[in-house]
Amino acid sequence: MTFNWRWDFTWEILPQLLWATLNTLIAAGVGYAIALVGGLLLALAQRTKWPALTFVVRELIEFIRSTPLVLQIFFVFYVGPQFGIFLSPWVSGIFAIGLHYSAYLSEVYRAGLNSVAPGQWEVCRALNMSPRVTYVRIIIPQALAPAVPGLGNYLVGILKDTPMLSVIGVMELMHTANALGSENYRYLEPFTLVGLIFLLISLPTAGLVRMFERRLRLRLGL
Amino acid sequence: MSNTDYPLELPEHDRPMVRFMNVSKSYGRLNVISHLDFDVAEGEMVTIIGPSGSGKTTVLRALMTLETINGGVIYVDGKPLTHMPRDGVLVPADERYQRKIRSSIGMCFQHFNLFPHMTAIQNCMEGPVQVLGLSRKEALERSEELLKMVGMIDKRDQHPSRLSGGQQQRVAIARALAMRPKVMLFDEVTSALDPEVIGEVTHVIRKLVAEHNLTMIMVTHQMGFARDISDRVCFFYGGSIEEQAPPQILFTSPQRDRTKQFLSAVKEAV
Ligand SMILES: Nc1ncnc2c1ncn2[C@@H]1O[C@H](COP(=O)(O)OP(=O)(O)OP(=O)(O)O)[C@@H](O)[C@H]1O
Ligand SMILES: [Mg+2]
Repeated sequence: MTFNWRWDFTWEILPQLLWATLNTLIAAGVGYAIALVGGLLLALAQRTKWPALTFVVRELIEFIRSTPLVLQIFFVFYVGPQFGIFLSPWVSGIFAIGLHYSAYLSEVYRAGLNSVAPGQWEVCRALNMSPRVTYVRIIIPQALAPAVPGLGNYLVGILKDTPMLSVIGVMELMHTANALGSENYRYLEPFTLVGLIFLLISLPTAGLVRMFERRLRLRLGL
Repeated sequence: MSNTDYPLELPEHDRPMVRFMNVSKSYGRLNVISHLDFDVAEGEMVTIIGPSGSGKTTVLRALMTLETINGGVIYVDGKPLTHMPRDGVLVPADERYQRKIRSSIGMCFQHFNLFPHMTAIQNCMEGPVQVLGLSRKEALERSEELLKMVGMIDKRDQHPSRLSGGQQQRVAIARALAMRPKVMLFDEVTSALDPEVIGEVTHVIRKLVAEHNLTMIMVTHQMGFARDISDRVCFFYGGSIEEQAPPQILFTSPQRDRTKQFLSAVKEAV
């Protein structure tokens, strides 16, 4: 077996892979934004005074966490239309991945919310604050700082899960590399490049998350 | 007593600032307060003393609506706090009603509970802006004045993590006062402090007593302080008032054996 790396082929496919990287970043970014908001909502929904809502949300989170992401992607894309929901591969993929990660992020938020000292709730009540002011101004800011490392880990996680979108034909990095490989009967260069690109994105992300946490703590005076 | 036996509102001629009427509170089978009747007049400074577990904190927390009581009614300024009138009888108060009545009560806690992500001045402004709807300028003026009063104006832009316990407690007092309560509750506000900074907090409370017509209920273990500033001292035992009198009388000639025992035990500890 000979190892021959073809640079000409590398340069030829690089632009296409970089384009696909953009798609990967968009999918991860939008999915993550959905998960940041959805996760917080799922975490807050478990703290209302309606036990039924808490129950439903907990079951939903359990369900999402104990079934594969691929299944959820297929479900949204192929089963959605039976309920009259027709979404493009892109939209269903990003929605599914956002929902999936909402479930994970909600657990991080939940831990953050639980870590806020009980005295903070009491003093909010003593100052006659409404639940909205209590959460928005007092509790959530304090819950965020300890949650940032956990939230950040899932940012890398969601990035690494974007190749799952290829199963419904989203032209992200993995799908593109695979297509290039089968067109040219060469897989070494495309897949190596994909690995490198993922590495180059993931590594600084972890550093950025740490930096963001430090700055958030500073800004909150914690 | 059924709910129909409690007045919907206290009559003009008999309207203390705070009235506990036959109030009971239990945790499961543990009765923490039983059939407590307790009045505090407007402008009065009442100190609650008593052994650990006698229900002192519970009384304040019930008044701050941090605990729901199991029996009786608490009135504030003549209006029911724990209940609200509906169709001519008192029913347990809903959150909206309670918010209205609760606005006349403020509380300071043993562990300050300042907002760690806000500076001293932001801590004070938060309530006035978010709850009372004051403009930032009005809230700022009010907060600065109060921080001056508690001697913390030079630390106005510090976060709580940069303040000593005594300083944090003084900010917490200013924060509570910024809501302009009629009744202030202090639950062992000096118990978590190092001995050398207790004075700066008691000094602030003394000033409040001297200069403002606030109604205050204070739980403390500092007998000397209680003696100096209280109009009345209540000795709690087993969830009810065992004995109450002006401090000169209660501390020098207590009537009940339990009071005597408690006071001599406290004296020995000092
Ligand atoms: N959340 C709770 N659940 C169960 N029991 C409680 C709870 N809070 C207080 N208690 C009990 O109620 C009783 C009265 O408590 P409380 O805190 O009012 O006492 P205290 O007089 O303030 O005592 P201390 O001087 O120690 O502060 C105690 O026996 C305590 O164990
Ligand atoms: Mg106590």
